Amino acid sequence: MNAIEVRDVRKTYRRYGRRRQFATLKSALLSGGALRDLRPDETFDALKGVSFDVTAGKTFGIIGRNGSGKSSMLKLVAGIGRPTSGSLKVQGRVSALIELGAGFHPEISGRDNVFINGMMLGLTRREMSARFDQIVAFAELEDFIDAPVKTYSSGMYMRLGFAVAIHVDPDVLLVDEVLAVGDEAFTHKCLDKFAELRRRGRTVLLVTHSLDLVTRFCDEALWLDAGIVRMQGDPRRVIDAYLLDVAGAEGRALAAAAAKANAIQTASTATPVNEPPDMSKAVEGRWGSREVEITSVELLDRNREPARVFQSGDQVEVRLSVRARHPVSDLVFGVGIFNADGVCCYGTNTDIEGAASAATAGDGEVVFVMDRLDLVEGTYKVDVAAHRRSGAPYDYHRLQYTLRVTSSCKDTGIFRPPHRWVSSGGITIAPRPRS
Amino acid sequence: MLLSLRHVIRYRGLVASLVARELKARYRGSVLGFFWSFVNPLLLLLVYTFVFTVVLPGAHPTAIEPFALFMFCGILPWTWFSSSLLESTTVLITSGNLIRKVLFPAEVLPIVTVLAGAVHFCLGLPILAAFLVYYHVPVTFTDLLWFPLIVLIQLVLTVGLALLLSALTVHFRDVRDLLSNLLTLWFFGTPIIYALDQVPPRVRQILTLNPMTHLVVSYQDVLFTPGPFARWPALLAVGAGAIGVFLVGFFIFDRLRDTLAEEV
Repeated sequence: MNAIEVRDVRKTYRRYGRRRQFATLKSALLSGGALRDLRPDETFDALKGVSFDVTAGKTFGIIGRNGSGKSSMLKLVAGIGRPTSGSLKVQGRVSALIELGAGFHPEISGRDNVFINGMMLGLTRREMSARFDQIVAFAELEDFIDAPVKTYSSGMYMRLGFAVAIHVDPDVLLVDEVLAVGDEAFTHKCLDKFAELRRRGRTVLLVTHSLDLVTRFCDEALWLDAGIVRMQGDPRRVIDAYLLDVAGAEGRALAAAAAKANAIQTASTATPVNEPPDMSKAVEGRWGSREVEITSVELLDRNREPARVFQSGDQVEVRLSVRARHPVSDLVFGVGIFNADGVCCYGTNTDIEGAASAATAGDGEVVFVMDRLDLVEGTYKVDVAAHRRSGAPYDYHRLQYTLRVTSSCKDTGIFRPPHRWVSSGGITIAPRPRS
Repeated sequence: MLLSLRHVIRYRGLVASLVARELKARYRGSVLGFFWSFVNPLLLLLVYTFVFTVVLPGAHPTAIEPFALFMFCGILPWTWFSSSLLESTTVLITSGNLIRKVLFPAEVLPIVTVLAGAVHFCLGLPILAAFLVYYHVPVTFTDLLWFPLIVLIQLVLTVGLALLLSALTVHFRDVRDLLSNLLTLWFFGTPIIYALDQVPPRVRQILTLNPMTHLVVSYQDVLFTPGPFARWPALLAVGAGAIGVFLVGFFIFDRLRDTLAEEV
C-alpha cells in the first residue's frame, strides 16, 4: 500500500516583479478588473511534473541542491498549498516538522502553547492531555513549562516544537531539515524517535542535506534537481550519483573562478618586476622577474583530463607550461599545496630533492605527478613557482589554483596515509553491512 | 465549501483555546489584567456622561435621557464590530508563519479575532447593566429575550465580513487603510451618537440600507427605549442578510485559500 502517491505534480509560483511588490486594491481597480490583476504575470516552476510513490511504513529521503524543489514538494505533501496540476494522495494523519514551534505565542506559557500547537496539528484537547507529560519529558522542559515561551532559549523553543509535532503520532511524518535543533543528546533522542516510528510502521518523508542521515535511515531516496526527478531508488546509489553531479558542478564553478582570476591576472601583467615577495603573508598573487615564465598551469586527473575535483587517493598531475626568455641554468621548480586554513600540507621543489634543472630559450613543459593525493576532503590551493636557488623568483604563482578533494569517508585532519585495520583475538573489525 | 465548513466545526476546540489565548496574551504583564475589559468601557461611559451632562447639556433630544447611556448601547456593539474587522485584516499576515509552515485551517484566525471581540463586548455588558439599573431605565423583560439573537446576528455578519476582508488583505494590502476610513464614515452613518428619529425622513431612508443601523437600533430598543420591541421584522431581514454575507465571505475565503500560503 502506498502512503503517499504523487503523480505528475507541477507547482508554479508567482514571481513578483520589481515594479509591483504587492498589489493594491486601488491599482487593481484603476487598471481595470481586480481579477485580471490577480493573475500572475511572471511565473516560476518549482516542480515540473514530479511523480513518486512512498510505500507505507518506509522511510523516504528527498535530496537535492538548494532550490531544487524539495521543500515545495514537502509542503504540498503536507497539504500547505495545492499543486498547480497533477494529483497527490496521502493516506492517514500527516504531521509536518517544517518549522518547529510555528504558532507558539510568546506571551503564553509553554503549557498552553503545547495544547494549542497540538490542536493546530489536529489533536483534540483530551488527546493532548493524555500526551502532555510525555511531551514535556521529551522536551526536557519540566521546570519551565509554566513560563511564557518568550523566556525560552531558541533550543528550548525548538525542542518543545519538536516534541509536540512528534507526539501527534502521525501516520505520515514529514521532516524538513530540523534535526539540528538541540545538543548531541537531543539529536540522538530525535533519531531514536524516528527509529521507533519506523518500527511501528509509520511512514517518514525526510528532506535533508545530510546525506549521511539518508544513508542511515532511508529505505529509498529521491533526487530532485530543478523541479524534476533525477533519480529514485536505493539511497546509496542515488547519493553517489548526486555527489558525482555536485562534484562536476563544483569543478565547473572552480574552473570558472580560476578563469576569471587568470583573466584579471593577464589584464594586469604590468606587475612590478622583482617586487619583494613577502612570504609570511599568504595572499594570492603573482610576481617575479619573468625571465622564466609559467604561462599556464593545469590540474589533470588520471586520464590526463583537466579537472578540479578529485577523489582522495586519486592521481593528480600539475602541468606547468614554461617559457624561458633566454637560457637559464640557475632554475628551481616548486609546488606547494595549502588547505583552506592556509596550512601548508605539502611543499617541495627540485632543489630540495637534489635535482638540478636548466632551461634553454623557448617553450617547455614541467609536470608534477602525484601518484596518490592522500588528502582528506576539502578545498586546497596550489602554489607553483620557478625561481633561482637563492629564492629570487622568476615567476611565482601564489595560491592561484584551487582543487577540491572529495571523499566518501569523513575522516579528519589533513593527510590520509594509506591504511587498513587489522584485528585478532576476540576482536573483529569488518565492514558494516549496508542497511 | 461544505467540507471546509465542517472543518471549522471540527476545529472548534482549537478556536476556543485560541480565543482564550488571545485574551490571556492581551493582558499578560498588565497590572489590572482582565479588569481592563471592564475599565475601558467604564471610562468611556464616564467621559460621555461628562460631555453630555456638563459640556453639551442641550445637544441631544430631551426625550432621550441619560443620553450617554443611550450612546453606550450603540458604541459597545460598534466597537466590537469595527475593531474585529480592523484586526481581521491583518490577522492572516501577522500569522503568516503559521499559514506558510503548518497545515492549519486559516479561517480559524479571523473567526478567533471576531470571537475575542465578542468576549470583550460581553465583558462590557455588566457595566451597561449596572448603569441601566442605576438610572432606573425601564427594561422590558420580554424584550431582553431578543438580545441574544441580536448578538448572534451581529456575530454572523461580522464573521462573514472578517473572512472576506482577511483573505482580500493578503492580496491587496491597502484594504486595511480603505477599511479604517470606511469605518469612520460607517460610524457616522449608523445612529449611534444620534437617534434614528432625529434624522430627516429622506436621509433615514438611506440609513436603513445600512445593516448596522438595524442592529444598533435594535440594541437601543431592547435595552434603552421603553415599550415592546417592534423592529423584529427588520432585524430578521438583517439576520437573513447576515447569513448571506457569511456564506459569500466564506465562499470567497475558501476560493482564495490556496493562494494564502504563497501570498501571505
